[in-house]
Amino acid sequence: MRAKDFVIIQMSLFYFIAFLSILFALLVIFSKNPVHSVLYLILTFFTFTIHYILLNAQFLAVVNFIVYMGAIMVLFLFVIMLLNLNKDTEPVKKAVVKIASVVGGGCLLATIVASVKALGISEPVVLKTADLGLVKHLGKVLFGEFLLPFEVSSLLLFSAMVGAVLLATKDKSNA
Amino acid sequence: MNTLTQNIQTIPLNHYIILCAIIFAIGVTGVLIRRNAIVIFMSVELMLNAVNLLLTVFSAYRGDATGQVFVFFIMALAAAEVAVGLSIIVMIYRNTNSLDINVLNRLKH
Repeated sequence: MRAKDFVIIQMSLFYFIAFLSILFALLVIFSKNPVHSVLYLILTFFTFTIHYILLNAQFLAVVNFIVYMGAIMVLFLFVIMLLNLNKDTEPVKKAVVKIASVVGGGCLLATIVASVKALGISEPVVLKTADLGLVKHLGKVLFGEFLLPFEVSSLLLFSAMVGAVLLATKDKSNA
Repeated sequence: MNTLTQNIQTIPLNHYIILCAIIFAIGVTGVLIRRNAIVIFMSVELMLNAVNLLLTVFSAYRGDATGQVFVFFIMALAAAEVAVGLSIIVMIYRNTNSLDINVLNRLKH
């Protein structure tokens, strides 16, 4: 009885959070002000963090929270504030182009959904190993099997940092 | 925490796939309908996140931790991509004084 109630509460929680994800994602692309877009994007990422927690992927939930909602969003907001873009003066595309784009996106969605329906798998997502997404388990995989890619990704981050500094500093010779 | 999440897994896999497909399609639509470079960039982030969530779902579904490690690498890559991309956007703004991507048509000539 109690377990059944629990299942119902958590299923409805999933559908509610999924609805919020879609709503905020729509608001990201349809709000006129770029600052509002960034704020809705933060909310979308927050709902994704809740999805990760529901899947018991605790490590990814924390990383998503810190990297996306912390670092990346601060970067976006800083650039928007730096360029002084917080005004609604964005030139808009023609209505025909907008309608065509929405139809195109809808066609993509319809194709994916139809292929999923044709596939016909509908088993529930069951966690075979409950501690799959915990730091203890993921750390063993990350530093065992994936040690070389992990080290290479540090090289990638370093080169990205150098590239960003090189691109964003003012070119003194031209100015 | 473990007891909380062991009971939850009654959601069909299809619903997760459809949710991620919807978010991905919203990202594609956002890239197509907007002209502001930063908003286009944010739509790309939406698409990346939809794929991340789907990888995590399949990882949990198959009981294989590799998918979650992949998501971790994708997040590291997204951080690098955002840093470089935003600095390119700052450069575009310095050179053209706008973020309208139609200005970049000049690259053709």
